[in-house]
Amino acid sequence: MFDTALSWNDMIFLAQGAGMTLMVTAVAVLAGTVMGIVFGVLRYQLGTWWSLPLTFVLDIFRSVPLLIQLVLGNAFQAIARLGWEPFTTSCVILSLYTAAYCTEIVRGGIEAVPPTTRRAARSLGLTWWGDMRYIVAPLATRVSLPAWIGLTLGVLKDSALVLWLGLIELLRASQILVTRLQEPLFILMICGAIYFLLSFPIARLGGYLEKRWSPHD
Amino acid sequence: MIEIQNVRKSFGTLEVLKGIDLFVQKGEVLTVIGGSGSGKSTLLTCINGLEPIDSGRILLDGTEVHAKGTDLNRLRRKVGIVFQQWNAFPHLTVLENVMLAPRKVLKQPKAEAEAMAVKQLTHVGLGDKLRVYPSRLSGGQQQRMAIARALAMSPEYMLFDEVTSALDPQLVGEVLDTLRMLAREGMTMICVTHEMKFAREVSDRVAFFHKGVMAEIGPPDTFFGAPRTAELQQFLSATH
Ligand SMILES: Nc1ncnc2c1ncn2[C@@H]1O[C@H](COP(=O)(O)OP(=O)(O)OP(=O)(O)O)[C@@H](O)[C@H]1O
Ligand SMILES: [Mg+2]
Repeated sequence: MFDTALSWNDMIFLAQGAGMTLMVTAVAVLAGTVMGIVFGVLRYQLGTWWSLPLTFVLDIFRSVPLLIQLVLGNAFQAIARLGWEPFTTSCVILSLYTAAYCTEIVRGGIEAVPPTTRRAARSLGLTWWGDMRYIVAPLATRVSLPAWIGLTLGVLKDSALVLWLGLIELLRASQILVTRLQEPLFILMICGAIYFLLSFPIARLGGYLEKRWSPHD
Repeated sequence: MIEIQNVRKSFGTLEVLKGIDLFVQKGEVLTVIGGSGSGKSTLLTCINGLEPIDSGRILLDGTEVHAKGTDLNRLRRKVGIVFQQWNAFPHLTVLENVMLAPRKVLKQPKAEAEAMAVKQLTHVGLGDKLRVYPSRLSGGQQQRMAIARALAMSPEYMLFDEVTSALDPQLVGEVLDTLRMLAREGMTMICVTHEMKFAREVSDRVAFFHKGVMAEIGPPDTFFGAPRTAELQQFLSATH
């Protein structure tokens, strides 16, 4: 239907790139969310003053452009002789970057749970942990979900920057094909469509969960 | 028995409780009245250890609430409290709200917790709202759910902090009826309230708080009929 030099093998090449994008994103979002929950609870529990050092470090990860973080991170791991693969370095940096944003989302979610509700939970004999698990976690999750979905979609796209460390993810794969086939518009359209296909289920999952939870409040 | 001995409590430089002495016998209904900021809510939250105290002692059946070794989570099973603000757990159905603490704190099996929850909810007149989320309840129903939630832990004492203050006038009656019912059943209760008629009717004794001091306490007849202190006389004439 289209007059193109793009072959099946090239499509498989793109799919492998998409696989790399998905892999890096999954690791970063998973690890970043776990760290974000721990840091977010810490920040909330410690209060502004005691969590200052943590806040400061996380602010660095939020304010320095990701590209610079990746390049510097890669240089540091080389200097420190950690011997990390580009994939490892990419995942570590992207996870920290995700964690920095996730921390704020989690803290905001916890703060949105009314203190009176938590006091009621504690007065029923629930422990701090019980209150966190059965009251705060579900309520904060509902509040934080849209922001967390936004973060995940952002990381999916930002993960393209790991191509600077030599990883062949979706965007890099497209670039390679563009250089070889000289069909930039067509290939970038396909690349964009694949990004959309990756993002769409995540966005829909968010919408679905929001709807499912909405009759509860 | 609840024994409160010379309890003092400050928030920063503001002394909210200035040496409170009070005891409540098993089966007694004590109502507490007093102006805004006189320390009524603070006293209730001190009794179940939600707030620390600066000095004095509070004993629950002989256990000192604020002593270092006291397991507050355990102690709180004995003391139910219902607050002015409705604080249903919005992500749980009415039934789940009431079952949560028996399941997670008392580790009751599901069937047992559910039977207890249904019983208490029916008791407060919410037997037909079990599967509903709290957002679908009126304020009066939410407060009655909160009462059932506390009762499901089989507490020996119930503390009520102005549970009708945030309600529309037409919903106050149903909640007060629930409290009356508990009083009749012999529950030991401390009720902070602005409802004078209710206080006169259900109380064994009424206490008047004024600026962090318990200015007067006595049986309702003499308390309302022949108030001794000028502060109480003034308070009663202002609220009537
Ligand atoms: N957590 C807190 N931090 C600082 N001040 C507080 C806190 N809780 C209560 N206070 C102050 O302590 C005083 C007594 O409050 P409390 O809630 O015990 O009064 P109250 O008798 O229950 O009044 P009301 O009838 O308005 O409920 C008030 O001046 C209040 O502002
Ligand atoms: Mg109060």
